[in-house]
Amino acid sequence: MSARVGVITFPGSLDDRDAARAVRLADAEPVSLWHAEADLLGVDAVILPGGFSYGDYLRAGAIARFAPLMEKLVAAAGDGLPVLGICNGFQVLCESHLLPGALTRNAGLHFVCRSQRLRIENAGTAWTQDYEEGQEVVVPVKNMDGCYVADRATLDELESTGRVVARYLDVNPNGSLNDIAGICNEAGNVVGLMPHPEHAVEALTGPSTEGLGFFTSAVKKLVQS
Amino acid sequence: MARFIVDVMLKPEILDSQGQAVARALPRLGFEGVTGVRQGKRFEIEVEGPADEAATERVRKMAETLLANPVIETFELRAE
Repeated sequence: MSARVGVITFPGSLDDRDAARAVRLADAEPVSLWHAEADLLGVDAVILPGGFSYGDYLRAGAIARFAPLMEKLVAAAGDGLPVLGICNGFQVLCESHLLPGALTRNAGLHFVCRSQRLRIENAGTAWTQDYEEGQEVVVPVKNMDGCYVADRATLDELESTGRVVARYLDVNPNGSLNDIAGICNEAGNVVGLMPHPEHAVEALTGPSTEGLGFFTSAVKKLVQS
Repeated sequence: MARFIVDVMLKPEILDSQGQAVARALPRLGFEGVTGVRQGKRFEIEVEGPADEAATERVRKMAETLLANPVIETFELRAE
């Protein structure tokens, strides 16, 4: 039986279909989850997709955090459910305090959309096990509020405990501290990533297919367990 | 009816790129002598009943929960 990976749709989510497609290409079954239903439908993992939930009103991810489904998700993440937040999903995870720090307006103030080289810094998380530590991948980055910030103590802790999952190479597109593109929680089951691996899973539409590893990592882990 | 004002500002150590952009635009418009701009948000909250301690506490809770993100922002609250 294939793994079932939930993709949450909030009002204003944009990349839920691409995330579901990436799940399918990783040989798992995508399950659509609606933000207003307080039921995770027994899925084995969850993806919070990119977009502009609630129009990014107030702060990116601030209102989505209080969706009925999020309460269930926070509890399930605490119990070890693999959760990947991409772009707006990363913002929601920070607002939910599942991940430390916050994402603020890009330092350059412009929306940035480009193919971005990243280095996978931690290949031990639920979502990066199919990569090698130090592996470089190219995936799209496209965001308005992608500048990762945290206080010095939090940054030091993330760095010293290997919780920086991916880092920007060549260009820092949004001013993120320490060139941070993605981080994880202590247990490594919750990962937030500003760039979009779900847009780099097929040669026809992506700059590479190097994003697929995030999805196959989680699926492989689920099949093993 | 009571009316409260909540001002939310980025913490001083957080880069305020929007405030910086405003600061850069002002001299171009002939406004000299501006040494810094920080941009924030102002909320005007109207609640039923008097502006007593209980109402103030409720609005404080709103600010802590939703209006401000304590990781990057501070807020000031006052009754008007």
